[in-house]
This record gives sequence, structure tokens and C-alpha cells, in this order.
Amino acid sequence: MGTAVAGICFVASLVLALAVVYRPLGDHMHRVYDGRRHSRVERVIYRLVGVKPDAEQTWGVYARSVLAFSAVGVLFLYLLQRVQDRLLLSLGFRPVKPDQAWNTAVSFVTNTNWQSYSGESTMGHLVQMAGLAVQNFVSAAVGMCVAIALVRGFARKRTEHLGNFWVDLTRGTLRILLPIAFVGAVALVAGGVIQNFGDGHTAATFAGAQQRLPGGPVASQEAIKELGTNGGGFFNANSAHPYENGAAWTNWLEIFLILVIPVALCRTFGRMVGQDRQGHAIVAVMGTIALVSVALTNAFQLMHHGTVPMAVGAATEGVESRFGVANSATFAAATTLTSTGAVNSFHDSYTGLGGMMTMVNMMLGEVAPGGVGSGLYGMLVLAVITVFVAGLMVGRTPEYLGKKIGSREIKFAACYFLVTPILVLTGTAAAVATRSGRAGMLNSGAHGFSEVLYAFTSASNNNGSAFAGLTANTVWYDTALGLCMAFGRFLPMVFVLALAGSLARQGRTPASDGTLPTHRPQFVGMVTGVTVVLVALTFLPALALGPLAEGLH
Amino acid sequence: MRSPTWIRQHLAALRALLVFTALLGLVYPLAVFAVAQLPGLKDKADGSLVKANGKLVGSASIGQSFADKDGNPLRQYFQTRPSNAGDGYDPTASGASNLGPEDVVDTLPDPKLVAAGKEDENARESLLTQVCERSRAVGELEGVDGSRPFCTPGGVGAVLAVFGPRAKDGTVPHPTRVVSLNEQEGAVKTPFVATYRGVKVEPARYGEDYARGLVVPVRGNAPAEPAVPADAVTASGSGLDPHISPEYARLQVRRVARARGVTPAQVEALVREDRTGRSLGFMGEPVVNVLRLNLALDAKYPARD
Repeated sequence: MGTAVAGICFVASLVLALAVVYRPLGDHMHRVYDGRRHSRVERVIYRLVGVKPDAEQTWGVYARSVLAFSAVGVLFLYLLQRVQDRLLLSLGFRPVKPDQAWNTAVSFVTNTNWQSYSGESTMGHLVQMAGLAVQNFVSAAVGMCVAIALVRGFARKRTEHLGNFWVDLTRGTLRILLPIAFVGAVALVAGGVIQNFGDGHTAATFAGAQQRLPGGPVASQEAIKELGTNGGGFFNANSAHPYENGAAWTNWLEIFLILVIPVALCRTFGRMVGQDRQGHAIVAVMGTIALVSVALTNAFQLMHHGTVPMAVGAATEGVESRFGVANSATFAAATTLTSTGAVNSFHDSYTGLGGMMTMVNMMLGEVAPGGVGSGLYGMLVLAVITVFVAGLMVGRTPEYLGKKIGSREIKFAACYFLVTPILVLTGTAAAVATRSGRAGMLNSGAHGFSEVLYAFTSASNNNGSAFAGLTANTVWYDTALGLCMAFGRFLPMVFVLALAGSLARQGRTPASDGTLPTHRPQFVGMVTGVTVVLVALTFLPALALGPLAEGLH
Repeated sequence: MRSPTWIRQHLAALRALLVFTALLGLVYPLAVFAVAQLPGLKDKADGSLVKANGKLVGSASIGQSFADKDGNPLRQYFQTRPSNAGDGYDPTASGASNLGPEDVVDTLPDPKLVAAGKEDENARESLLTQVCERSRAVGELEGVDGSRPFCTPGGVGAVLAVFGPRAKDGTVPHPTRVVSLNEQEGAVKTPFVATYRGVKVEPARYGEDYARGLVVPVRGNAPAEPAVPADAVTASGSGLDPHISPEYARLQVRRVARARGVTPAQVEALVREDRTGRSLGFMGEPVVNVLRLNLALDAKYPARD
């Protein structure tokens, strides 16, 4: 079998597996968030936390709970890193520097997992598992909470209530993330991913040298890193490291874990609004964009355009032998189409256009299928913008799922959309305009600019992958990117929750002849079009200076 | 007296975080660890460690260098890919080069430092030159043609800076001056091409600024499919790649067989045994595990000392 055919089978098998679990997992998540019963463990947790699980919250209270939980998370993670030398299993590492600790704390709480540190030489086991991996779970669960709150906004009528954040958080973590992560972690161990608490072994190599082999609770962290679309690697090499991703089939499994919840949440959405076909329409938009992107990334990488790839004869720089170029390209597309940012190959060494695809995927707002939760709410906001645009074109009041999209709603949606471009473009501009910003580039010329553009795109969209040549562990980048991550996560969340509150307050407008059907291929095409056009208009000039200039010359 | 709402909210958040930290940060990894103690999983959870004669020699999952202290390949062993992890295959510093597809111009070393036998820390080989150099070295070691497109016969990137007025499409049809950017004056006798569009090509001089020139990589007439495979001239993402392609393994068979005094067919048979195809027939690429292969070689055909 040739590389291209094998690569197509690889993608096809992923699509098939996702299609198989779409219904059962989507229905399960629907039951999780809509169910009334609390398990015994959950009751204990609510008692310990001191919340009343049956008291519903308004959008404001819900948003403040999200922010409080995240603020406490940042503070806790910061402190944990600052005192790690006094903790168990610290492996003798020093406390993390303040600017880097701030950057890392924000990074993990915002589900970004941008890493300005190198895991194997910075973080002890306890910080990894009790600090970073915990945020891997809860930051993903927070994303799902916000998405579910928005869906409730569509599903409910004439109410101020959007659910209870603490209940959604606990249920999402315990009933969805934890069981899947546990099974995934055990499977990963079978594929060669390590799980121990040792500080490693020293081997005497064949050549008579010494090699220090690391230890650590990697599998448990790896599973949730992919499942929660987090992406922060235990080691510097992330999912390229054989101890994080040992075989070609674990690579498949990791991509599957990345995509499974964001895809199945569309089913949950359809169930919750009482029309399965609305979920199918949303997943169709995501699937269309994702397949085109995966195909293009694979094609650009296999064609290996560019001087060095042509000299080599393949785009194998920064690529592991066991994965090969095609499966690496698929991983790269999956990790940037979602908010994961894990890497199994190094995007900085990709061909000009292949590297651009990873950037474009993030610029799309990470909605195809997007991060856990954030993908769904991002896509629903785009659907709102689409019905508004369509409404303008035919001169009717726009509606979506029986809710009127009035000026209040469209303002929230527009604000949501504008946050990331503002952060990305002003951040990049500030970096190339200042000496500290320019100093970080490893490559020169267009590729150096791409490194900076990639960093701000990645941070503002909460992705976390990098054109890793950029030296980002400086006070300047740690601070700037930390701010981008925080604003890029929480401003959109507040807008989404405000939108949800405004929708829930409305009654239901019955569908009339003038209502645009939102479950047909026509609507799927329109949402896809709106997404691509909005992104192209926003980012094309910046892309022209970096990856396009490099890839087309 | 009740505390204000916002304080109560943050206290609830703190308690929630502590509960989740205990559950997800301690119980969960310990539970995975417990399951990983099952037979069949334990070896892998511990790092797929490999022992020879009772001593730990490495991990089947983590590549290592089979070169002597000076970096010269040990002829009796199959060689792994180039590595950017620390000084090569250092698991405490995993990582990649992160150099881009158009990283073709070297930063040349200060000749004064070179003459004094010192290393110039500001000098840097471009990715293209690294590829060319590796290809030449592997070609020499294995006795095959190590030439590659865009490489000089001397094993650096074949890249010119062309000066002169630019045409509308950005090219320089009538150059006034041409410099071979990666060939340093003194290090090479003559540049890889004598003239370019009728202009004599000069070697590059340290400290001169060639930024105004148009960078032109020169394809040359090396075969489109070089004898040295792609994985032999590029570094992996982790710098710890335990595998090589079957093509690169095949290339090394003759040399290893000669160093061990056995026939190539005998070594070839071990390579075949060690080769793994794609998972389920379509995932990843076929590979050869270098550490396992060398271990089998040492057991079956010990090297003559």
C-alpha cells in the first residue's frame, strides 16, 4: 500500500469511528447535563464545596462562577509551581520563575497549554499530575459548561435560569471526562506510554555513554491532554516523544480522543433543542471544513514543496518514522482544528503552505470541530451570525431555533467574533514593532514573522501549539501571550453566556414561511461560507506576509 | 454574619478545586498506575527497558546514538537518525530543530576563532547545509553516492546571493555580483559553480552583509531520488526516534556485515525479523527498531574486536 492510500485509510477510519460513537456518546452527554439525579459521590462533592445542586443560576451568576473557579485555578497553579522544590516528587527541580509560572498557570487554566517551559527539565511529577493534569480536566469541563449553558439558552424559554455551574462542572468531569480518560490511559500504556512515579533510570548505552531515561505518570496525563483538547505535553517533544505516543496506533487513538467530544457534542446539542437534525447540520459544517483542511494539509506535506524538503526528498524534518509524513499531517490538522495544540511533529519545519494550514485552522476560530465545548459555542455563534447575514439579504427578522436574533444578540455575537482577531493582530504587530518581540525569532524573514504570528494566533485561540523555534520564555512573551490567553478565553465566554441569558429570556417564535430552515444543506453551506469569508477577510493580509510569501515563491 | 457573595463564591471555587485536585490529581493517576501493574502492561509502564547481560542498556522506545565519543559512527552497529535532543538522543532535552523549509543560509564562523581552534558560538549551519552534510557523510560511510539536490559536492547548501537590478518578477536577469553564501573563503578552494549568468561566483567572506542580494538555491544535477534516504538526513520531532526506515536499514546492511565478518544475507535476515509494518496495515509507516536490531546482532554475530 502506498503512503497516500494508507493516509486516506487512516483519515477514513477516524471518520468512521467518530460516526460510530456520535450517537451513543452524544446521547450520554445529553443525559449527563439534563438528568435530575445526583450520584452519591456527587452529593458528597456538593456538600464539601458547599453549594446547593438544585439551585439554578442566572447567566451573570453562572459567568461569575466560571470566572471565580478559573481565577482560583490560576492562583493555585501559580503557587504550586513557585513552591515545587518543597513538594514531594519534585525531582530536585527549582521553583518555576514568576513570569513563566504565570504564563503556565494561565495557559493550563484557559485550556491553551502553551508551554514556554520544557517539561522534563522544569516540572516535578506532583506539579504535573496535581497541578497541570487537574486543569486539563477542569478547564475542559468548564468549556463544556459554557457550551451547555448556551444550548440551554436556545432550548429554554422565558426564564432567567441557565443551570448550575457547579453541577455541570462536576458531572462533566466525573461522568464524561474521567471514564473516557481512564480507558484511554490504560490503552496508551499498552502502546508504550509510561506510567510510574520513578525519577527515571540511567542506562549504559551500546556506545559506552550514559543515557538518562525519564519516568513519570505520563499515560494518565496524556489521555486527558488529548481528550480535553488541552495539549500540554509531559515532555518538551510533546506527542512526538515515544514515551507520550509510542506507536502508529496510539497516534490514531490520540487523534480520536482529540476529536471525539467536540464532534459528539453536536448530537447533544440536537437532543437538547429537541431537533436532532439541527445537530446534524452543525456537525456537517464542522466535518466539511475539517475534511478540506485535513486533505490540504496532507497534500501540501506529501508534495513537499520548498528548498529543504526538495533537497531531502520528503518533508520529514521534525517527523517521527513510526508516524510518517501523512499521519503527522493529519495529527497537525486535528490539533489545530480543535483547541488542542499537542504536536506529534514540528510545525515550524513544515512546508510553507502546510504550516499555513495549521495557522488557518486556528484562525477559523477552532470550530471544526473545535475545543471541548468551545468548538460548539464558537460554531453556534457563527450560526447566529449567519442567520443574521441571511436575514439582511432577504429583509426578514433573523431567527435561529425559534429565537429572534435581535440587535442585543447580534452585538454579543459580533463582540465574541472580534476578540481573537484584535488580540492576534495587535499582539503580532506589537511583537514585530518591539526589540524584545523580534529577538525571539529563530528563523529569519517571512518564516520568522510566521513564528510570531503563529504564537499570537495560538495563544489567543487557546490552542497552545507553536512554531517552536520562537524563544517564548522571555518576560515579554510570557506576559504578552499570557494576557492573550486569558482575554482570548474569558471575554468570549462572558459574551457567550450573556447571549445565552438573552436567548433564554425570550419566548419561542413559531416557524413561519419566512423562517430560514437551519437544518438543510443550504444552511450548512452558508455557515461554512460565512466562517471562511470572515476569517479570510480578517487574516489574509497577515498570512500574505508570512506563510504565503514563503510558500508561493 | 454572612460574608459578601463574591467571597463565598471564591471560597466555593477553592473548595471545588481542592476536591478535584485530590480526585483527579492523585486518585486518578494512582488508579491508572495500579492497572498498569498488570502483566503485559507493567514493562511498558516502566519504560520498555532493555537489559543485556543483566545491565540496563536503554529502552526499546527511546533511540540512542551508536557513535563513539567523537561522533564517528560505530561501523558494527546500525545507525539511528540525526537528533536534536541535547547533544543527540538526550531524553532530558527532547526536541526538534524547528528550522523552516527555507532555512538555507548559514551564519559563517569567525575565521580567527576557527584558526585558533575555537568554536564560534554565533555561527549556525542552516537546515539545508545540515541535510547536505549528513547526506555526504552517510554516502561516504556506506559507499554510495551522497549527492542531493540543492547541495554542493562539498556538502553544504548550494545557495547564491545574486546582486543587481531586479526585474518586475523579482529576479535578477543581469547580475553584477554573485556570492556563494555557504562556501566560506579559505574553507573552499573554488565555489561549486564558477560563473552564474556570465558573472564570476565569489566565496562568502565573514562579516560581509549579503542581505541585499537575491537568495537563489541552485538545484544542480543530483538525482531526484538520492541513494541516501530521507530519514537518514533529517532529525525527528522528539530527537529520540527509536526507528529508521527499512530503506535506511537496507543501506547499512553491507557495512555492518563487513564489520562483523558475516554475509549481508545473514544481517538482512535479522533486519527482516525486526521490521514492523504499518499498524493494522494502514497506520503509520513501516519501520525498523535500531536498538532491538543491534541487540540481536550482538547476540548472534558478536563483533570482532
